[in-house]
Amino acid sequence: MRSVLYVLSFLALIALGFWAYRENYATQAALKEVEGLQRQIVGLREALSVQRAEWAYLNRPDRLRGLTAANFDRLGLLPMEPSQFGTAAQVAYPQTRLPEISFSTDIQGTLAAPEEGL
Amino acid sequence: MRTPLRPLARILQARQEGVNPDTIEKENLKLRHEAMREKARGRAQFRLVILCASFVMVFGAIGARMGLMAATEPMEPRASAPGAEIIAQRADITDRNGRILATNMMTYALYAQPKVMVDPKGAAVKLAEIFPELDAKALERRFTDGRSFVWVRKVMSPEQMQRVHEIGDPGLLFGPREMRLYPNGTLAAHVLGGTSFGAEGVHSAEVIGTAGIEKALDVRLRDPAQGGKPLTLSIDLSLQATIEEVLSAGMGMLNAKGAAAILMDARTGEILALASLPTFDPNDRPTPNVDKTAEPGDSPLFNRAVQGVYELGSTFKIFAAAQAMELGLVTPETMVDANAPLIWGKFKIKEFEGKNYGPLLSVSDVIAKSSNVGTAHIALMIGPLRQQAFLKSLGFFEPTPVELVEAPGAKPLIPKKWPEIVTITTSYGHGMSASPLHLAAAYAAIANGGVMVKPTLLKRAGATTGVRVMTEATAKASVAMLRRVVTEGTASLGDVPGYEVAGKTGTADKPKKNGGYYDDKVVNTFASMFPASNPQYVLIVTLDEPEDTTLSEIRRTAGWTAVPVAAEIIRRVAPLMGLRPKLEPPATDAVTAASN
Repeated sequence: MRSVLYVLSFLALIALGFWAYRENYATQAALKEVEGLQRQIVGLREALSVQRAEWAYLNRPDRLRGLTAANFDRLGLLPMEPSQFGTAAQVAYPQTRLPEISFSTDIQGTLAAPEEGL
Repeated sequence: MRTPLRPLARILQARQEGVNPDTIEKENLKLRHEAMREKARGRAQFRLVILCASFVMVFGAIGARMGLMAATEPMEPRASAPGAEIIAQRADITDRNGRILATNMMTYALYAQPKVMVDPKGAAVKLAEIFPELDAKALERRFTDGRSFVWVRKVMSPEQMQRVHEIGDPGLLFGPREMRLYPNGTLAAHVLGGTSFGAEGVHSAEVIGTAGIEKALDVRLRDPAQGGKPLTLSIDLSLQATIEEVLSAGMGMLNAKGAAAILMDARTGEILALASLPTFDPNDRPTPNVDKTAEPGDSPLFNRAVQGVYELGSTFKIFAAAQAMELGLVTPETMVDANAPLIWGKFKIKEFEGKNYGPLLSVSDVIAKSSNVGTAHIALMIGPLRQQAFLKSLGFFEPTPVELVEAPGAKPLIPKKWPEIVTITTSYGHGMSASPLHLAAAYAAIANGGVMVKPTLLKRAGATTGVRVMTEATAKASVAMLRRVVTEGTASLGDVPGYEVAGKTGTADKPKKNGGYYDDKVVNTFASMFPASNPQYVLIVTLDEPEDTTLSEIRRTAGWTAVPVAAEIIRRVAPLMGLRPKLEPPATDAVTAASN
């Protein structure tokens, strides 16, 4: 009986060892993957920050001012002026043009057959 | 095997010999005890050795680990889940609408290990071709004089990095660097200041603020607990750009040496724009002027708006008038003596160009016409002690609390003694010097209905509660007086239709280094607020040594220089802030005309 117990525990030890070995390698692989992903995230974040900086650089007021001056004949942009504020009363109403009556709609109908039981 | 205590053979022999057999038993018992003791000691010794060994091993392991950790480069834990943010070393700085004013960019530093270089001479020549500021000879000398490590360049562009790669020397190595970038160039340069590298290693370098808000809030910007949250300033990028544009155009037209402008929200004390010209590029901050004889204002690094402590001239007159009204000494209509010149002891107080506005002038006219003598009489009514206390409450005795590293150093220059002649000169802004920012804060108090605001460069959530320095009625009357300066007085060029500008001009002669004043060098200031019916914004414009040469005579008064510049700034900036001009209501027939 005792020897069976020994054999079983020895087998269990081997099985556990094997399991630990596999887990170890699986963990290593997962860590490696995480590292790769982290590196990727860092790279993307870096790219994002570069793009944000680039966006800010391209939208700097100096450059926009130069561009509006260079494209004045196409865009016609000028600095905002106090005279550009208006009141609601200054807004013209749209022309109230009623559609012409070009055809008459037939509004004649027929009575439906009275329902049964009424 | 157990030895018996009374072995039969010996017992029998002892009995035959007539000896007490008990002695044999005693002897054997003693032997047995000795053996047992021996065994126990051996076991205890063994245990002690084991214990000792395990202590040595544990302490050894801990020690070795500590040594290893101390000796190796720090590393992020591999297994930790990546945080929401890979925290940048230094937080971004944005304007009040979230547009970037300062950010970080990854770049690389170049260093060399001459011991592993294949061709130091050739590499030096090629490096000098890539980086024009490097000297091939000097570089070669550094590569060949036996040192094992040489910094070549702190930052470089990706193109330059590629060209260094193409040299292909194994001794040329790159270290990653986080670099501070100011995408808007010179915009708001004096606010931002600049940065430089602190402690440098191969794998990273510290970025530390060297001036402006970068240095003043260095700890906040570098605090990892803030999680890289951007620092939001009160500055508005569009307003700042517009003000810098108009100011620099005005400075050019008026041949001024320098200029400064501050736009402040009178309710919250937020500085919406702060410009100082000439300016610089914080990406490539120039070295400070080391020449002792040069004036500090000659360097573009000098922040005129904060550090420029000048006599602010007649802009101070409103404080005397406001205080006299507050104390109940005068009303705007009270007539005061304005008979020029005023002789006080050995001093003679004159008006501009020797005019005489007297004999009597109402307080309101004293401000509108900028009468020195009238203000002097008002100040004499107030007296030195009360005048000092009032100016102190307006913040003129302390450096401004704004978040710039330069601010605490810009102490106002206050006369040591305060006799009555100082009371007189201070009332019209001479003999006491302060920065344009001090003036902005004091005018904001008037604009804000008499409550002081703390000037700040950080965005605030709402209005703040400050100390009341004058009643609302006094503040209102003061604004009305300032409005008259623009409609009828010295600042008539400052009127912007629809925005009801109120303000006060100030022209102060520049002091010479060794006493006295220059005849032909002035500092012109226009301190204004708008719209007068409900003041929301305060604008201070200062020009250093301007002259208006459009007409035959050269004019150097603020009314001809700082005022038109300020008016143009208000005309451009007010619509950007969404401030509607107050116009005459359109006639009813105009509506009909528009609809047809």
